[in-house]
Amino acid sequence: MTEFSMFPVVFYLMAAITVGSAFGVAFTNNIFYSAIALMFTLLGAAGLYVMLAADFVAVVQVFVYVGGILVLTLFAINLTSRIGDVSVSNRSLGRFPSFLVLGLIGYSMVRAIRTAAWNVVEVGDPVPTIEAIGDAFLTQYILPFELASLVLLAALVGAVVLSRKELKEVRG
Amino acid sequence: MLQQFLDSLIADGTLGGMPRDVAYLIGMLGAGALVVFGFVLNISGVTTFVERRVWARIQSRIGPNRVGPQGILQWLADGIKLLMKEEAIPFAADSALFKLAPFVVTVGFITAFVAVPFSSALVIADLNLGILYITSMTSLVVVGIMIAGWASNNKWSLIGGIRAAAQIVSYEIPAALSIFTVILITGTLSMQGIIQQQGWGPWDWFIFHSPFTFVGFFITFVSLLAEGNRTPFDLPEAESELVAGFVTEYSGARYLFFFLVEWGNLYVISAILVTLFLGGWQVPMIPGLAESPFWLNLTQAVTFIVKSYAGVITMMWIRATLPRVRVDQLMSTCWKYLLPIAFVNFMGTALWVLIWPEGFRFAELALTLLGFSMVVYFFYRVVFHLRRSGAELTFSPLS
Repeated sequence: MTEFSMFPVVFYLMAAITVGSAFGVAFTNNIFYSAIALMFTLLGAAGLYVMLAADFVAVVQVFVYVGGILVLTLFAINLTSRIGDVSVSNRSLGRFPSFLVLGLIGYSMVRAIRTAAWNVVEVGDPVPTIEAIGDAFLTQYILPFELASLVLLAALVGAVVLSRKELKEVRG
Repeated sequence: MLQQFLDSLIADGTLGGMPRDVAYLIGMLGAGALVVFGFVLNISGVTTFVERRVWARIQSRIGPNRVGPQGILQWLADGIKLLMKEEAIPFAADSALFKLAPFVVTVGFITAFVAVPFSSALVIADLNLGILYITSMTSLVVVGIMIAGWASNNKWSLIGGIRAAAQIVSYEIPAALSIFTVILITGTLSMQGIIQQQGWGPWDWFIFHSPFTFVGFFITFVSLLAEGNRTPFDLPEAESELVAGFVTEYSGARYLFFFLVEWGNLYVISAILVTLFLGGWQVPMIPGLAESPFWLNLTQAVTFIVKSYAGVITMMWIRATLPRVRVDQLMSTCWKYLLPIAFVNFMGTALWVLIWPEGFRFAELALTLLGFSMVVYFFYRVVFHLRRSGAELTFSPLS
């Protein structure tokens, strides 16, 4: 009896969920359906991270993308009136150039995947990664980490400035 | 434990040469179903009964007392009634999403139970990321609520969904910051690890660790109340203005699932608070108890459940006594008060841990004393007012 392993089954299931719902995001006309499909894409990606023994990345994926970004997306969709029946204006325009661009990007992606020197690591038993990540952030990679937080701070301040300006115009 | 059991079954040949992983999968699904049906659903159900009785006491009513002795089977009767009812799906609703929403909400709630520790051994999975996992999984609930609000195709439901999202996204920030103050002290995210660093006595609990965690406990409590859509923050379903918010169009079993999650969430909230701040399952080391794992785990589980039910009853009490806040008050509470205080707490705890890495005994004892004198003073005032009030009050909970 050859040892049957669930690992590839679960992997293909996760991959199917991720890719299938990604198609759903792109192809549905209703933007709310796209957002819901995006939730399954993000959850499927989190499942793939778990299979790669990257537990911290998986949990943060759910926490930030599903709990934060997806909720804000749904919030924006809910606040926009009649968003369900927006007519897509450029339905047939530029179909040929789009296929050209798609082909070029697709070719270069496949080419990159085929030629890249992948660093193949055997996935062992899951080990806690969070301490290693924390150490790396605060020792070896502290400069990029702080720079990234500065960029985020600038984005926050920018958002506040943009929304304040609009308010003043309304009042003045 | 489960793995050993399944391995023994495979070795016996009971499973007839079934592949090992498939046997594990079936075993895990079976154990999961057992936990969900045997424990999670019952906790929600019993909580509904307790809540109705507690409210009845607070409002000088009797409450449900007909089904079974003292009405303790009322929740079963209600559950069966709702399961048997016809489910109406509004004609204008988006029926696929309308059906999906209760699933998303229930998944977000039940998966959070995976990391709740009941005793030193009784935990489904002691995840290394425990508390982060629970907070991220409960965020699925709000996605489900928003889907419900949208799919019902109803103004009240939509407003309820939007309110839920705005509220939960806002209050997640002070909640996370206050949870991180505890993580600064422990240096671990594992629920068991956090509990193991506390002691059985109140002076060893993290709520009394420093003045900052003392304040942090109350911030976490308020923020989690808001995230669980509980009074005084139950704006998403505000009966008096939005009919029932996002559950307006739901009926039958789907309605049941929304309320199952709402009451079950009470328990999850208390379990988080008890784990982080109130010592979890820690029991005093009575000689003889440590030798028998069964009795040790039983005492620990009882301690944990009693502590968390104290929290659940406090939340019921709040719901029965406080009015609902307005939307603008809700937002200003979060952004103008809780968030700055949470930031100060975070920095303060970091400093405190830097100065006294092992904790500061005097502060812990003083804060314990302060906490207990607050409780004693509170009960003194309650008794004082009861004596002063002329109304006839009965105190027999079984009448």
